[in-house]
Amino acid sequence: MSLHFELVTPARLVRSEEVHMVVVPGTDGEFGVLEGHAPFMSTVKDGTIKVYKSAGSAPEEITVQGGFAEVGAKGLTVLAEHVEG
Amino acid sequence: MASLKELKGRINSVKSTQKITKAKQMVAAAKLRKAQAAAEAARPYASRLAEVMGSLAAKVAGQDNGPLLMRGTGSDQRHLLVVVNTDKGLCGGLNSNIVKEAKLQARALEAAGKTVSFYLVGKKGRAPIRRDYPNGIAAGYDTGNVRTPGFDEASAIARELLEMFEAGKFDVAHLVAPEFKNALTQLPVTTQIIPVPAPTNTPGSSGAIDAVVEYEPGEEEILEELLPRYVTTQLFGALLEREASEQGASMTAMDNATRNAGELINKLTIQYNRSRQAAITTELIEIIAGAEAL
Repeated sequence: MSLHFELVTPARLVRSEEVHMVVVPGTDGEFGVLEGHAPFMSTVKDGTIKVYKSAGSAPEEITVQGGFAEVGAKGLTVLAEHVEG
Repeated sequence: MASLKELKGRINSVKSTQKITKAKQMVAAAKLRKAQAAAEAARPYASRLAEVMGSLAAKVAGQDNGPLLMRGTGSDQRHLLVVVNTDKGLCGGLNSNIVKEAKLQARALEAAGKTVSFYLVGKKGRAPIRRDYPNGIAAGYDTGNVRTPGFDEASAIARELLEMFEAGKFDVAHLVAPEFKNALTQLPVTTQIIPVPAPTNTPGSSGAIDAVVEYEPGEEEILEELLPRYVTTQLFGALLEREASEQGASMTAMDNATRNAGELINKLTIQYNRSRQAAITTELIEIIAGAEAL
């Protein structure tokens, strides 16, 4: 019961881990991705990605700028132009 | 025959040159490792982006109203060569190889009746290309004022290229950049970047899933955002390859130079010792002859 989450920037692979849920700031609104999400692709606006390591835990926030989110069979991949921190 | 003092001076001068080349070689070796790591770290992004592009482009392909960056302007008369050179020298034949490749491409295009202009990245390509194509240089980007060109530089270049494309200054753009194979070989390669070549879609595992992918806002909007980013990524990759190539070529060239200097020092030292011996012998003969005369 975990989602494979990858966060990639042009310079490096920032994250590649198993998490519970990720909330992504899509251009048309925020969306949360859990395991088994239907295939989906969206552009990402500047904002914070919230990563929930386990159900009910406090989210970890990652500030990103511009990019794409893709949900496929392999999990969630966020291609961001810039990641802070 | 050079005098002893002259020889000594030459030996010292070659020695200090050797010190410089040796230092440069070691610096290049250290930087090469870093550049290679950076090039490797950039790979996941590029491959993922290409994957996403591939699945999207396959959907939009065949439609006439696709984005301009994919369709092209409908003509292929005016070509722009984006030539990526290094900013610093002391890296063997790397830059002249890149320039040679660029001129080769330019001549081939001109022979086919197209017009060619250049967009130069890096300092070292300017002079040799200007010599052959004094009016052909459309614009350039200077990467010399930053230590290691990164994504910001790549996006600045991409932005400028896209502006030129939208203003209708060229129809097709090719990227001429070195490809880093290993420290000994760096081959210049030419790839088309604008219009974005339709990726050859490999029917694979993703094909079945793509049928039900939902897009937000829409396929075309996403593709329109994705294409400039793809061009940027290509340029970023070229900059990283250039960095690794420069350091690799520099390391090899400086290794050779250090070895040559060593050989030269040996030769000069032998010559120096011989002339010293000769001078001593003549002096002795003179003294003995003088003593005998008494």
